[in-house]
Amino acid sequence: MLIPCPHCGTRPVEEFTFLGDASVKRPTSNDPASMDQWFDYVYLRDNPKGRFDEYAHHAGGCRAWLVVSRNTATHEVYGCVTARDYAKAGGKS
Amino acid sequence: MKYSVFSLLKHTLSGHKNWEPAWRDPAPKKDYDVVIVGGGGHGLATAYYLAKVHGVKNVAVLEKGWLGSGNIGRNTTIIRSNYMLAGNNPFYEFSMKLWEGLEQDFNFNAMVSQRGVLNLCHTDAQRDAFARRGNAMRIDGVDAELLDRAAVREMYPFFDYDNARFPIKGGLLQRRGGTVRHDAVAWGYARGADSHGVDIIQNCEVTGIRIENGKVKGVDTSRGPIACGKLGLAAAGNSSEVAAMAGMRLPIESHVLQAFVSEGLKPYIEGVVTFGAGHFYVSQSDKGGLVFGGDIDGYNSYARRGNLPMVEHVVEAGVAMIPSIARVRVLRSWGGIMDMSMDGSPIIDKTHIDGLYLNAGWCYGGFKATPASGWCFAHTIAKDEPHKLNAAYRLDRFRTGHMLDEKGQGATPNLH
Amino acid sequence: MTSFRLDKGGLIDRSSELNFTFDGKAFTGHQGDTLASALIANGVHLMGRSFKYHRPRGVISAGASEPNALVELRDGGRKEANTRATMVELYDGLIANSQNRWPSLDFDLGAVNSLASSMFVAGFYYKTFMWPKSFWEKIYEPIIRKAAGLGTASKLPDPDKYEKAYAHCDMLVIGSGPTGLMAALAAARSGGRVILGDEGSALGGSLLSEREEIAGVSGYNWAQGVLAELASMPNVTLMPRTTVVGWFDGNIFGAIERVNDHVIAPSPYEPRQRYWRIIAKRAVLAAGAEERPVAFGGNDVPGVMLASAMRTYANRYAAAAGKSVVVFTGNDSGYRTARDMQAHGVHVEAIIDSRTESKADAGGVPVLRERMIANVSGGKGVAGVELTDHTKISCDAVAMSGGWSPIVNLACHRGAKPAWNEAILGFVPPETGKAFVAAGSAAGRMLLSECLADGASKGTLAGKALAVPKCRDEAFAVSPLWWVKQSTGKAFVDYQNDSTAKDLPLAAQEGYKDIELAKRYTTTGMATDQGKLGNVNAIAILAEATGKSIEQVGTTTFRPFYTPVAFGAFAGPFTGHHFQPVRKTPLHDWADELGAVFVETGLWMRSSWFPLAGEDWLASASREVLATRNGVGICDVSTLGKIDVQGRDAGAFLDRLYCNTFSTLAVGKARYGLMLREDGIVYDDGTTSRLADDHYVMTTTTANAARVMAQMEFAHQALFPELDVTYVSVTEQWAQMAVAGPKSRATLQKIVDDLVMSDETVPYMAAKEVTVLGGVPARLFRLSFSGEHAYELAVPADYGNMAARAICQAGEEFGIVPYGVEALSIMRVEKGHVAGGELNGTTTAADLGLGKMMSTKKDYIGRMMAMREGLTDTNRQCVVGIRPVEPGDRIRSGAHILKLDDKPSMANDQGYLSSVAWSPMLNMWIALALVSNGRARHGERVRVWDGLRGHETIGEICDPVHFDRENKRLHA
Repeated sequence: MLIPCPHCGTRPVEEFTFLGDASVKRPTSNDPASMDQWFDYVYLRDNPKGRFDEYAHHAGGCRAWLVVSRNTATHEVYGCVTARDYAKAGGKS
Repeated sequence: MKYSVFSLLKHTLSGHKNWEPAWRDPAPKKDYDVVIVGGGGHGLATAYYLAKVHGVKNVAVLEKGWLGSGNIGRNTTIIRSNYMLAGNNPFYEFSMKLWEGLEQDFNFNAMVSQRGVLNLCHTDAQRDAFARRGNAMRIDGVDAELLDRAAVREMYPFFDYDNARFPIKGGLLQRRGGTVRHDAVAWGYARGADSHGVDIIQNCEVTGIRIENGKVKGVDTSRGPIACGKLGLAAAGNSSEVAAMAGMRLPIESHVLQAFVSEGLKPYIEGVVTFGAGHFYVSQSDKGGLVFGGDIDGYNSYARRGNLPMVEHVVEAGVAMIPSIARVRVLRSWGGIMDMSMDGSPIIDKTHIDGLYLNAGWCYGGFKATPASGWCFAHTIAKDEPHKLNAAYRLDRFRTGHMLDEKGQGATPNLH
Repeated sequence: MTSFRLDKGGLIDRSSELNFTFDGKAFTGHQGDTLASALIANGVHLMGRSFKYHRPRGVISAGASEPNALVELRDGGRKEANTRATMVELYDGLIANSQNRWPSLDFDLGAVNSLASSMFVAGFYYKTFMWPKSFWEKIYEPIIRKAAGLGTASKLPDPDKYEKAYAHCDMLVIGSGPTGLMAALAAARSGGRVILGDEGSALGGSLLSEREEIAGVSGYNWAQGVLAELASMPNVTLMPRTTVVGWFDGNIFGAIERVNDHVIAPSPYEPRQRYWRIIAKRAVLAAGAEERPVAFGGNDVPGVMLASAMRTYANRYAAAAGKSVVVFTGNDSGYRTARDMQAHGVHVEAIIDSRTESKADAGGVPVLRERMIANVSGGKGVAGVELTDHTKISCDAVAMSGGWSPIVNLACHRGAKPAWNEAILGFVPPETGKAFVAAGSAAGRMLLSECLADGASKGTLAGKALAVPKCRDEAFAVSPLWWVKQSTGKAFVDYQNDSTAKDLPLAAQEGYKDIELAKRYTTTGMATDQGKLGNVNAIAILAEATGKSIEQVGTTTFRPFYTPVAFGAFAGPFTGHHFQPVRKTPLHDWADELGAVFVETGLWMRSSWFPLAGEDWLASASREVLATRNGVGICDVSTLGKIDVQGRDAGAFLDRLYCNTFSTLAVGKARYGLMLREDGIVYDDGTTSRLADDHYVMTTTTANAARVMAQMEFAHQALFPELDVTYVSVTEQWAQMAVAGPKSRATLQKIVDDLVMSDETVPYMAAKEVTVLGGVPARLFRLSFSGEHAYELAVPADYGNMAARAICQAGEEFGIVPYGVEALSIMRVEKGHVAGGELNGTTTAADLGLGKMMSTKKDYIGRMMAMREGLTDTNRQCVVGIRPVEPGDRIRSGAHILKLDDKPSMANDQGYLSSVAWSPMLNMWIALALVSNGRARHGERVRVWDGLRGHETIGEICDPVHFDRENKRLHA
């Protein structure tokens, strides 16, 4: 599998480590009433078969955290943006 | 019809023309007391114990492909009960005890073979962790032995002791661990369940779950709707997809785990051995192939195939452990989809939906658990409450903070 | 021995004489032979024994699909089991032995299995061997295991080397037959970077074995012309002896180059094999097609082989499969074999054609139509055949052709299934997108002219397609010919695994109807050839048995690897000491000079103890502790992760990462920090110092250094991108040493420039930038892991050894000792400091006795999830000390804790010893332990239960701080 890193170009998959679903959003409240949101954020996943936005750390390259958009059924890679840009775009790739 | 050497002789004399099917191929009925989604090891075992132990016989097992086409047909066949946590080990030891009587119980030779599972250690810290684990096993009456380097060397003199980057310091051995012919487990349970009246329905994909007023009513399938009183989901690998039909999100990610087999060889390695300084474990099948594997590829996947970096990673560790294996050839690689849970332990529980039960999150430890999982899931469905053996496998443990994390990796599924 | 070497022809060098042995018997062959062709030329057909029935077997094929002629090649550490004689290039001195036979290939006692073969039907073992229960593991299984398997693998280390390599290209062409050559030429002429790979020892594919003409010359000569042009082009890489074994995501191909398998041993500095990862923009699968055997009685008798193999042996290797041949075919390809054999002067008795008619040219050989071979007579060699009309024909070799199967394997490696093509009676590759396309006969185009045109068209990268040379096409007409049901003898579908045509209907009858179930029940297609020859026959037979079409039955899954790959090739050089890199600290040389024993800690080699003559590790570590606590010691702590954090929001960022607060830390001070995971569990700890308002230096544990860095990058980039902060790992840029003990200040004072060290200038938890040794920049921290008055000094890595030597010199008058990780660990257990044994990924801050560190005034990673009831339960296991009641008793890490009156059981388990040390200060073994509700149980006596090592003692729960609870020494 090849990942098109926005900084480094197309690089082999073993340079990256993965951290699951990038579409989850860390809650901002520390109010105990927000526990459900925190539980969702830390534990629950859509885990779709199909298009999936996934955190990838280019640990063997530029060390940027990226969001790779990929099909989990076919492994087709649709695109890759930095996690920073992904966050700025409101969690869309 | 009972299988035995006598029935084999009898059928040999009649030219094998009269063997009956091991299971029927029924059309789905309109209505069952219990429907199990997933005709793999866990689903079939659940149906078997529902019928046999609980007398619930109006049961259908729905399998979207062929019987045993999921992880029961693509694992590396290892059985062991070398767990550490109180929520885990009694369950896995119960599974081991079921394995030990399984073939006579379901009258099918699944080649349960207790040739030992040896985990190698390479540092003092690993040895200490093995001591903790081994004592956790022994304290509950499970067999475990802590071996030093010389004892490991005596068992496996051809490993790398003199030139290794991470010298072998010893190992934790469970002699009752071993391997089982995985496909035969599915077949044995299928035949057993069928003989008790369970309908095993292949090529029947569940496309929807019918819920009314918080209660399960049935499923929609590629072969039409089927009503049921209770619905058990045992579709590891696809648990999230199936649970989503009931509107549930699970603490699970799907990942691909590759496995491999070498060409057939005369006896080369006696038991199961896991390398402690890299991702590699190996055993030899009765047919002679070295069956081995390592770590998941790391990215979320529903494709039953992996990529080359993990192939290299696993094989490098293999050669590091056994230098002579370099000239053995890898015949075939394949992949299975793992329900990687958020604490590395499974879920066998009721759900918030009345009549809906969940069996999921087996990571890559599902095979050894097959008998106990089926047994406990059957109990949970029949009694509408978990047995004490699966009491720790609650779905709400993540919410309450009662995780069962043997590896201590936290809510990072691909590290379990 | 009669020679079966033809008088002329073939691509062998008759001037060379290569000596080799097979089962100890000496033979000769020529350069250009394979082991199989050389044996055939020597009249040897019996080359192996089958898996289950131990039937005598000879070659079936002339290539990679060979299921029968498997040998143990070479000896000693180079011995390789299951090596296909058809793929072994003959070299002088070759040693091969047959396998799976005892006592000899010619007389194999295992063949008694044949007698009981009527019982040994598909899956028989699932139905028996169950009684009595204990017999399976003691009696039945050991016998089965011994009988199973094929060759014997060596248990000696492989002396050869392997390499890994990467290649990128615009076009990868797989296969160098007519299709592949045209594709490569087209791609090369259109300017792309081209790789042409072929598993054969020479490029040319089928053109090396056939006698057809292209562009008015022999196919062989045409191929040589094309290859010469390709070889002359700088953008082309030709890779013979290279098998492309798998197709992966990203159009990445795995390939194995057999660099030195054709010689007796690799020359020094050369690998045996080279594993390639080829990243191809586009690729063409020009792997050709595989001829199918036919299932008929005795289709495995040595001398029965594929029609194409028989003519390959004759045309390419000048080796005649027999003196008198019968051809059995259901398609036109058999006719070609008949003509070629005739041309070589081999008598062809007849062509047995199952069809009613054929337009193919029989070359004058009698054609017996609408008949089939029912049985072959003969044991270790062919004596004759009996047809379905009971005609008997004497012969010593049989050529068979059931049709052709495109070699679709690679195209199916990413999950797509091939499609059945009724016109050619074969599965053709699935649609796989533009980046990887099949061409020629691999794509089901069975005529030579189609192959040339298809290769030219699919190889062209840009511009006009390459012109296609003229050729004459052989007829291709095929009708179904899977299984001769009139056969009375065993008709094999999968030769190696001994699965017969009758096994498949039996499997279906018993419910194993899906092809995947039938495969698993009968083991058809699971041998070393992975069903290359037999699978299509199996599918057709199963289709008939289940009343389905072949298309409905479909194939099993094609998986890597196309042909088996040596472990060594995938491992490459990363074996032995080179399995993983070695990290040495900047103080490694210093420690080495002082006789340190180094121990693997992750990738690091850490100095663990510094033994004097006659000391074991414990004596050494104990002495180091005493000397440090009584005077001064120095320890290399460079492996701790060090992260430099700078920026306006550096403090705010650390506040998010740690559960305690760093933004309030005074400049010039250090603070211990505890980092949680988002699930509320402790992740890591370490001290962080503030060197300026916007500049911190963090330390992490050795084990978590890389992960913490990644976690920081994640937190910043993905969670808190608004923070103005930057950070970099400086673990390797700084050498760091702990200098501990009552004389530590006096020692360091001697090397620190311009600073009078005192409790005022360097108070506890001070962090100062200083210079040492006359201007070397350094960071001085007053930190203590040992519990002593202590410092950590960091200097740029290159000054590390010098600074450590200088400190040793300065401390000489105080009796300074170097101490290692063992002594460090003893002192931290004495002081009750938590480390890896307690930070095990399941403990909370409160479990570690550090609950008060958790701020309630800010958001930080892990804050919310740490509030869950399961994480705040007072019955959780928390850190305590444990001491044996009898001071002389030994306790060991990993022992469990039970109440005094409780019996051992999981339910009664109270916890376990997480860290144990011999305390030279207390003269006893002491421990840290995780015990349920332990903090409330200080003073309770418990069983320290170590059943694993057959040991038990009584211990007492105590405060985790075993030594100097008042921390007097810290401030001394």
